[in-house]
This record gives sequence, structure tokens and C-alpha cells, in this order.
Amino acid sequence: MNELIAILTELHDDVDFTTETGLIENGILNSLDIVSIITEVSDRFDVTIPAEEIMPENFDSAEALWALICRLDED
Amino acid sequence: MTLTSLPFLIFAAVTVLLYYLLPKRAQWVVLLTASILFYAAAGGWYLPFILVTILTTFLLARVIERRAKADEDYIAAHKADMDKDARKAYKAAGKKKRFRILTAGLILNFGILAVLKYTGFTLSIVNDILGLFTASTLTVPSLILPLGISFYTFRSTGYLIDVYRGKAKAATNLGKYALFISFFPAVMQGPICRYNDLATQFDTPHRAEWDNLSAGLLRVLWGFFKKLVVADTLMAAVKTIVGIPEDFGGMYVLLLIILYSAVIYGDFTGGIDITIGLSRMLGLKLTENFNRPFSSRSTAEYWNRWHITMGSWFTDYVFYPLSICPSMQKLTKWSRAHLGKAIGMRFPVYLATLVTWFLTGLWHGASWNFIVWGVLNGVIILISRECEPLYKRFRERFPGLTSSAFYGGFMCVRTFFLMGAVRILDCYRDVPVTAKAFASMFYDFSHWGDLFDGSVMDKLGITLPVWVLVGLATLLIFFVSRAGKETPVADRLSRRPVLWTLAALGLAVTVMIFGSYGIGFDAGDFIYGQF
Amino acid sequence: MENMNVKTPQKTLWLRALCIVIALAILAAIPAVLTPILMPKYLTQSKEGSLTEEYYSAVAETNHDVLFVGDCEIFESFVPAILWEEYGISAYLRGGAQQLVWHSYYLLQDALRYETPKAVVFNVYALKYGEPQKEAYNRMALDGMEWSSVKAEAIFASMTEEEHFIDYVFPFFRYHSRWSELTAEDFAYAWRDKPAVSDSGYLMQTGIVPADTQSELTPEQLVDYTLPATAMAYLDKMRTLCAEKGIELILVKAPTNFWRYHWYDEWDRQITDYASTHGLAYYNLIPKASEMGLDMNTDTYDAGAHLNVYGAEKLTRYFGEILKEGHAIPDRRGEGDTAAVWQRRVDAYYARKAAMEAEAREQ
Repeated sequence: MNELIAILTELHDDVDFTTETGLIENGILNSLDIVSIITEVSDRFDVTIPAEEIMPENFDSAEALWALICRLDED
Repeated sequence: MTLTSLPFLIFAAVTVLLYYLLPKRAQWVVLLTASILFYAAAGGWYLPFILVTILTTFLLARVIERRAKADEDYIAAHKADMDKDARKAYKAAGKKKRFRILTAGLILNFGILAVLKYTGFTLSIVNDILGLFTASTLTVPSLILPLGISFYTFRSTGYLIDVYRGKAKAATNLGKYALFISFFPAVMQGPICRYNDLATQFDTPHRAEWDNLSAGLLRVLWGFFKKLVVADTLMAAVKTIVGIPEDFGGMYVLLLIILYSAVIYGDFTGGIDITIGLSRMLGLKLTENFNRPFSSRSTAEYWNRWHITMGSWFTDYVFYPLSICPSMQKLTKWSRAHLGKAIGMRFPVYLATLVTWFLTGLWHGASWNFIVWGVLNGVIILISRECEPLYKRFRERFPGLTSSAFYGGFMCVRTFFLMGAVRILDCYRDVPVTAKAFASMFYDFSHWGDLFDGSVMDKLGITLPVWVLVGLATLLIFFVSRAGKETPVADRLSRRPVLWTLAALGLAVTVMIFGSYGIGFDAGDFIYGQF
Repeated sequence: MENMNVKTPQKTLWLRALCIVIALAILAAIPAVLTPILMPKYLTQSKEGSLTEEYYSAVAETNHDVLFVGDCEIFESFVPAILWEEYGISAYLRGGAQQLVWHSYYLLQDALRYETPKAVVFNVYALKYGEPQKEAYNRMALDGMEWSSVKAEAIFASMTEEEHFIDYVFPFFRYHSRWSELTAEDFAYAWRDKPAVSDSGYLMQTGIVPADTQSELTPEQLVDYTLPATAMAYLDKMRTLCAEKGIELILVKAPTNFWRYHWYDEWDRQITDYASTHGLAYYNLIPKASEMGLDMNTDTYDAGAHLNVYGAEKLTRYFGEILKEGHAIPDRRGEGDTAAVWQRRVDAYYARKAAMEAEAREQ
């Protein structure tokens, strides 16, 4: 989780990712950010996030994203 | 039948009437019949094409879903004897097979689109190349282009991908699925609805409700107003400027940027207003395609507000899959290792952005001007992304200025002109001509006098009363759009019968008197209907 | 789903219904109120557009023994006032700008709803057109017609591809775009009778522009000199209609033969044959020009395409003789009521002529 926060903070150092729950809804992350995140996640966690999982519910908060990573790792 | 023609009005009115008068169970049948009639009226030869698309995507989606289900059942049944890796491998193998089916469906349907829409363009390029070596050229066949093919191909392939991704359940009723693809108010120019958003609405019965009927009708009238009073009226001036680029350089190009922005706004958002308003009258809620686009502060924001359903289609089905596909990931890793982290991080995203915008341009039309238009949009978005740190420093340095309304307005105007300037490629339909016209703004100042001695009116063939009319109409659109930020004005008015009546009557009368319809106005076709 | 259970109060339902009824009523009233303003008045520009409607008030005053039908070669060539003055012939012109043969046929049929003349004179030049030409001329010929089944048939026979019947039923939809060009005239004559632009269908021109012999270019060669079958079919209809009513149909070709509006010998032969086949009189007046004293230096207002009033008077005197001698059109100068009506018309004719000549001198 902390590593994920680190990845996110690298992209936007002015956002508190531990509390923000509207990353997509409030337009903080754009499509280019999302691709960067997916690349980083694949690099560091060895989890591939497929295109169909790219939806606001999975990217709106660090927590949701972490849950997604865990779920994909489980499968 | 364009959406603003009298036959369409009658057709739509009869459809709405039958829709509510016949038994509720038959509502989707009424719409399907209307859609088939509407499509057939546009050209009988179009029907087989849309039918092939409907049948293939319908059947393949069912096959994909059945296989996915079978795989799941197998794993569930053999849970005990498979370990995690075996399960993963089994799943992956199944997915690969389903992917092949999906690919077949996509190749077939995009293939039809490509052959019909791009053969001429491709052959003309081949001929240009051949021309360098030989005198002989290939004949360019004239192929028919079924009505709304770009739109229905996207709707159907999007659905197929959604089923493959497990996001949508495969349709079980061919008739309802055919209606989703061919739904007549949206078949010509969108919005490109997603299956999950629209198709499920055909299952529920719809009662005739005042809120839907009144707000929907008002929105239809509003669309007529935008299209006939603003867009079609100004179209004459646009055609004049574009028709003789040699005579209308400099100031006229600047004027063209403004006028064509108004034309395309009135034309496209007006058309969508008619579509969504009419659907609302049928109790159906379509995805919004616009969100006050000219209030965007940046290009990226503009593309989240303009032609939203097309943008999101490209994002979901092209940009993401492309930028995170395995080979792109490999490319990222390679470029990171060899080009450094900063460039390596950007590489896949930038490549995917440019490819997506190239395809977006190509989707609009089979010619260079659209391709250049698309790639330019992509480049502008990337440049402004690169400049983001600069903007940020600027904002930190001058917090008072950058948070002021004035600065916000400046950003909107800047984006308006930037997008408008790129958009004139769509007017001239020729890249060198556009480039020359654009450049003339900066060296040819000979026409500015026309603005002050009034000769601009004669030259563009639009008289003073018409300018005043269009000016007032534009102001009205601006204020109504602003007032509708939270709740659309039509919805608010429909709760107040007297005000609603005044608004509807006012719009109807205004369109009847001041609308550019009838003999002498040939601009009736919608611009986006051609894409 | 919740608001499905909340019943809309009866009062609101009534209010909505009332609003919609009133709105629909206003919507229907708007074209009714605005059409008279928006319709072109054809008083200062394209005066020919007024010709069709002016017939009705004329026929209400008195009947006519001769009706002229056809294109500009009718309304710029024959002067009913002179026919009365010289021969006592009561005549009226139902001609119009580029009035095609089916326009003429239906305008004749329309006129026969009010009166039955002794003779109908048709100028044959329009037979060269077998297809509807221009929307503007359709409107000029048809808008002024009073409504009857004849008008409906005339519209269907005349429409170009871009036109719709509904635009004739509700001219509002055709002329709404004139909102930005309205002048004081449009408001002044919206609900008031317009002054007549013609004298019994004759549209006076007093200007003199000599025919320029230098530029008398040779008329262009045609691929096919056969007059269109569609046009000839309407000539047949006109002939049958006249025969049924016991009216003599007389064919005429006005004496002008401008290079752009050339009357080819091949066409003339076809008409001559047609006339002899059906026992009709046909007068090609082109060769008679000098006999009637036409001087194309003074008798044309547009360099030879059309006659001015001086040429028209000469032609009329010549043709009146033919009508009187050859076709036994009665002299009604002794008939009190008719004579009184015609005296007014003749006076109006000379008053207009004097006014136009005075105006021309001023300029």
C-alpha cells in the first residue's frame, strides 16, 4: 500500500492520496496518469491491470486501487 | 430525412404517438419498426450492411459469453484438482480463444467500414505513389457509404468488446439488439451509446409522463433553434469564405474560426439535442455528448466536454488497450532502460496518444485534412501536458491572477481559438490551403478595413438584421447553457407549465420565422452525419 | 418510481392542457398573421408577379371577349386599352414572366371559371420549354391564383424538384426568410389592396433602348429542334379545353426575334403544321414587323428583346384588325356598362403613360 502511495505521489505531489477518494471524479488523474500507474504497478508488483478494469470505481482512491491489485494477484 | 426536415417531424410525432398508444409490451417493436423504416428511407442498399454488423456482433457476443461461462463452470467443477497456476493457465487459454473470436468480429466489422470508407482514399495515395513511376493509375471505385456507418460500427464493436471483457451481458433478443444498433434518433450522428446504458431501457415499459414529454420537446425545439437559426444561417458565410480562399485571407480566416465554431456547435450540439430530446420524449435516457464544451480551459478538458461519447470510446477501446498491451509494456521497459526514466515513462503513453488521435482523425473522414487534424489535437494535448510544470510555477508565482475570473476567461478564450484554428482544417478540407489561410492571418492585414466600413456584410452575403439575429441567438445559447450547469433549463421549465409554454412557443415561432429552412437554404444536412 | 405514486393535482393537469391549447392556437395564428406581410408585393420590383392576381378584380367588373395567355411576349406586346379604343374589343392578358405552357393552360382554365371569351390568343414562344424552369417564376405565376382545384393541379404540374406543395398552401414557409428584407411597402399593403401594376394585364414600359444591330449575334445552334412533347401535350389540352367551351384558339408569335430569344424556323414549321392539322389560326408576326411599322430603334426598351409601349401600340393596332376582320370579335363600344368600365381603363392607361413619360423626362 505504501509503495502504491509512493507511485501516486510521484505523479502528483500535491495530493494526499491516503484520504482522497475522488481521484477520477474530481479529475485529478487523467488517462495519461492512469497508464503511467498501470506501467509502474506492473513493474513493481508484477500485476497486470487489464483494460477492462480501468473504471472510476477502481481508480478513485488509493485504497480501491490497492484492492484491485490484491484481487488481480489472487486470481 | 434529416432531423430538421418536415417529414422527420411527422415521422417522429407518429412514432411517439404509436409508442404510447400501443400496448407497452410492443414499445420496442414500434421503435425497431420506425428505425428500420427510417434507415430504409435513407437508401435501401444500406440495409444489408447494417444487418451484417448486427448479426455478426450479436452471434459472436453470444459465442464469447457461452465459452466464458463454460470455462468458469469447468474451473468451478474442478476446483479441487487444479492448483492456482493451473487455474490461471486454463483461464488464460480460454481467454485467448475468446480473444480470437473477438478479433474475428472486429476485423470483419472494421473491415467493412475500412473498405467502404477508405478504399478511395487508400487508392488515391497508391495512385500518387504510382504516379512517381508510371503513368498508369488504378481506378477509384465509388462505393456506397451506409448511413451512420461510423457510428453504428462503433456502437456494435464497443458492445462486442464489453461482452468479451465481461462488462456487458450478451443480448438474448436479436430484435432489441438490432434496435440498440439502429435506434433512429441516434443512428446518423450518435451519441455513441454503450450497450449497458441504452439497451436495458428497452426492457422496461415507459409511461407517457409530462416531465419527459415536456422537457424532451423543449430540448428538441432548442436543437432546432441552434441548428436552423444559428448554424445554417452562418453556414452561408462559412461557405463563401472557404469557397474562395484567395479572396478571403487574413481577417476573414479569423472570422472563419469564430463563425465555423458557432456553426459546428449549433449543428452538432443542436442535432444531439434533437436526438436526446426525442429519446427523452420516449422515456429513454441517452448518454450526454456535450458538457458546455466552449467553457473548457484546456484542450484535454475540451475533449472531455465535446463529443464525449466518441472520446470515451477511443479512450476505452483504443487508448487504454494500446498503451497497456504487453508489447507496449515491453517497449516501456526497454525505453526506460535505454533512454532514461523520464523519456521511458512517456514513451508508451505518447505513442498511444498519437495513434489514438490519428485514428480519431481517420474516423472523421478519409482524407489528409482529418488525419492532420487528429494528430494536431494529439500533439497539442501532449505539449500542454509537457508545459504543465511551467503553468504550475506560473500559478504559484501569481496566485491572485491565476485564480481570478479574468484568467479563467482568458483560458477559455484561448482554448476556443486554439481548437477553432485546428478545426478550420475541416472547412477547407485541404491541408496546404488551410496552412496558407492560417498563415495569412499574420501577414495579410488588408481586409480589416471591411469590418469598419461594413463591406464585410456584402462580401459574406449576410445582412445586418441577420447578424443581429445570430448575435442575439448566440447570447441566448450562452446564458441558457450557463444557467443549465446544475439542472438543465428544460427540466426546470417543465415544472412550470406557463413558463414552459412560453419557452416552447417562443422557440417554435422563432424557428418558424428566422430559421434557415426551405428554398434557398441547402445546408440542411448535419455535418456529423457525414462522418 | 416514487413520483409514479404521487398523483398530479387536477388543477395542474387543467393548467397544462389550457397552456397547450393556447400555445397551439397562437402557433397556428402566427403564419396567418404574418403571411400577408411576408409575401412579396411585386409593386416596385418584379412587377410581373402581380399580374396573376390582378385578373380577378378586372373580371368582376366586366367580361372579356378575348383572353391572351403566354409569356412576356404577351404582357409586353398587346395593349387592351388600344384594342378597346380602336376596335371596341374587350380583352385581357393573362401573361406572366416566363409563363410556361402549363401555367398558361391552368390560368386559362382558372379564367374560364369566371367567364367564357370568344377567342383565346396564345403566344407560342413558351412551347420551347418542356420542363419547369425556375422556382421564382412558378411563384409569380401561381401565388396570385385564387384557390380552387385548378390551382392545386397547376402547382403539381409546375413544381421544380426542390419545391413542395405545402409551401404553396402555406406561403409562410416559403417567404419567412424575407423577414430581414421587409420594406415599408410590405407593411403598407399587407392587408390593403395594392394599386394595379398593369393595364388589363399589359405591363407598360416607356424606356427606349435601340436594338443594337452590331451585337445581333447569331442564335446558337440547337441539337434538337423538336418542340418538347410535354409542352405540345399542354397545347393539345388547351385546344381541347377551348373546343369544349366553343372558344376559338388563336396562335400567335410576337414580332420580336431577339438573338437570345430566337424563334427558329424549325419551330415555326412545327407550329404551322400543328395549326393546319387542327384548323387553328396561327400568326407568326416576325415577318410582319415592318408592315405594322415597328422600328427597333425606338420601339424596344431593352435593345430588342421586348417591345416598349410605342411598339406595343403599333402591334396592337395591327393585331386588332386581324381580330376584328378575321375572327369577328364584336365591337362593344355601344354597350353602356362595358363601355363605362373600359372608359375608366383607357383613362387609367393614358394617365399611367403620361406619368411614366414625365418621370422618364425628369431623369
